[in-house]
Amino acid sequence: MAQVLPTQLERPVDPSREVRPARRRRQRRLLRRIPVWLSVGLLLVVVLYPQLWMVLGSFKTQAEFLADPTWALPDRLYLDNYVTALTRGNLAVNYRNSILVTVPSLFLMITLGLGAAYALEIMVWKGRNTTLLLFLAGIMVPGQMILVPLFIAYFRIGLTNTLWPLIITYTVMGLPLVVFLMAAYLRSIPREIFEAATVDGAGPLRSFFVIAVPLMKNAILTLSLVEFFSVWNDLLIALTFTTDRDLATIQVGLLSFSDEYGQTEYGPLFAAISINIVALMILFVFLNKKIMAGLAGGAVKG
Amino acid sequence: MNSVLGDRRTIIILLGPALLLYTLVKVVPVAWSLGLSFFEGNSLRGFEFVGFANFVEFAGDDAALQSVLVTLRYALLATTSQVALGYALALLYVFVLRRGSAFLRTVVFFPMVLPGVATALLFRNLVAVGPNQGPVNDLLNLLGLDSVEFLASGDLTLATALVMNLWQSMGFYAVLLYAGLLDIPEETIESARLDGANGLRLVRHVVLPLSLPILLSSIIFSFNSTLKVFDGLLALNNGGPGTETSPLTLYMYRTAFEYAEYGYGSTIAFVLTLLCLVFTLAIFRSSRRKVED
Repeated sequence: MAQVLPTQLERPVDPSREVRPARRRRQRRLLRRIPVWLSVGLLLVVVLYPQLWMVLGSFKTQAEFLADPTWALPDRLYLDNYVTALTRGNLAVNYRNSILVTVPSLFLMITLGLGAAYALEIMVWKGRNTTLLLFLAGIMVPGQMILVPLFIAYFRIGLTNTLWPLIITYTVMGLPLVVFLMAAYLRSIPREIFEAATVDGAGPLRSFFVIAVPLMKNAILTLSLVEFFSVWNDLLIALTFTTDRDLATIQVGLLSFSDEYGQTEYGPLFAAISINIVALMILFVFLNKKIMAGLAGGAVKG
Repeated sequence: MNSVLGDRRTIIILLGPALLLYTLVKVVPVAWSLGLSFFEGNSLRGFEFVGFANFVEFAGDDAALQSVLVTLRYALLATTSQVALGYALALLYVFVLRRGSAFLRTVVFFPMVLPGVATALLFRNLVAVGPNQGPVNDLLNLLGLDSVEFLASGDLTLATALVMNLWQSMGFYAVLLYAGLLDIPEETIESARLDGANGLRLVRHVVLPLSLPILLSSIIFSFNSTLKVFDGLLALNNGGPGTETSPLTLYMYRTAFEYAEYGYGSTIAFVLTLLCLVFTLAIFRSSRRKVED
């Protein structure tokens, strides 16, 4: 990242220009920089202003919404909107459900995925390439393709009024990418390490827990982050399998909240959206390098 | 040694659970769904085998064709715009801002991690009219223009969705392509510069051809995600006005789960899957031909 390419977009230095006073050259360079800074400034405003506007709006009273222009700052930190959103709007329940779904899904996805990747990449057996391909094919199939049969199956098994349909579906939806990327990470570990452990008498399960898992710590964290966003932000699966308002995850809750209150009470809706923005922003401030590398890496390889 | 790393019991312990779950919850349902697309009905009413009738119905179903058009229009425009703008940003990061681009990269990337629902509701309010008019229309008023009711028209809703998509994902594609640009060897660019290539000519003749592989991956990834657009269009305007901006995914969801037409819903899901596969293969093929030329 620190590898920086030289000044391609500038003209090659004309020897006659070297003679000019340094001050004028500096001025010319500053002038040439103005369009760059203007576009950077515009970009920052376009990206940041909507978020700032939403968060500031969440502190406004209904009267301020209706009377003041939209860019006006709130008079004071009015927190009732948040209370309304979390209690009357049911968002606290939605957040609890989202956590109850996301944590087990991630745990299962990563544990099962890492085990499978180890068996497919490090262990030697006939048919492992075909099996890896079978997992890979899953990346290409849209979720819509499994919704109807799963809906029927969950209903027949009697899982419909629990969070299990979501946990199971998310785990399986995430597995292909996790298996594939874990296998790619494992491939980058020198095989000799596992072979040496075997020579030293470690069984393959022991090598898995003592060598592979610690070496994969970074990959585990990165993939957990990537999959966290895809589970937490999902609407399709949550909407399909949520039959009960009290089992709704945050995205489903936000959508129905907007239908119920959004047209008339702006404050609570703004607060509900802002909680989403601010919570993810805090996570992003601390982990942005990992998140960016993980999401971009997952896209290229997947 | 290979007998240890080929130990059957270990393979079953490590691979078994994942493979079993994957087979039961992905492989079997895909086959099941394929089968369902030849049936009509739902689990309460019972199913009736209808052969290819669902596919025939799809071909003559105006709502289905409209949703295919919405999906294709959205995917084409969103892919073109987000990859192009992402590439422009990546060039800005690498060649103009250089060392100073880290902050901008991070800030512009952030919206990518926001939920589609929250982003859509944010944009819904940004373009709002009426008692709580949003800043977009305030800006239009400031410029002396009348307020526009964006969400009252299908075209303007789609335009809003495309801008929203750009706002959310341009930073992501910028980082993706930025990584690709950094892989271009410094010497290549240096020698092109010594040969007199500068500015746009350098980008056109040297940088662009060298970043084709990463551009191709971005386009394929982008198509595969925009063809499946769901939350954005649902939360922005409920697929409306009417069903004017309802994509295939939303049509499938409504058919299967609101009208309980499991068979026809599976048919729509199958068409969507085909669409994703065909586009991926088509892009692959056309690019390979170009490389061979």
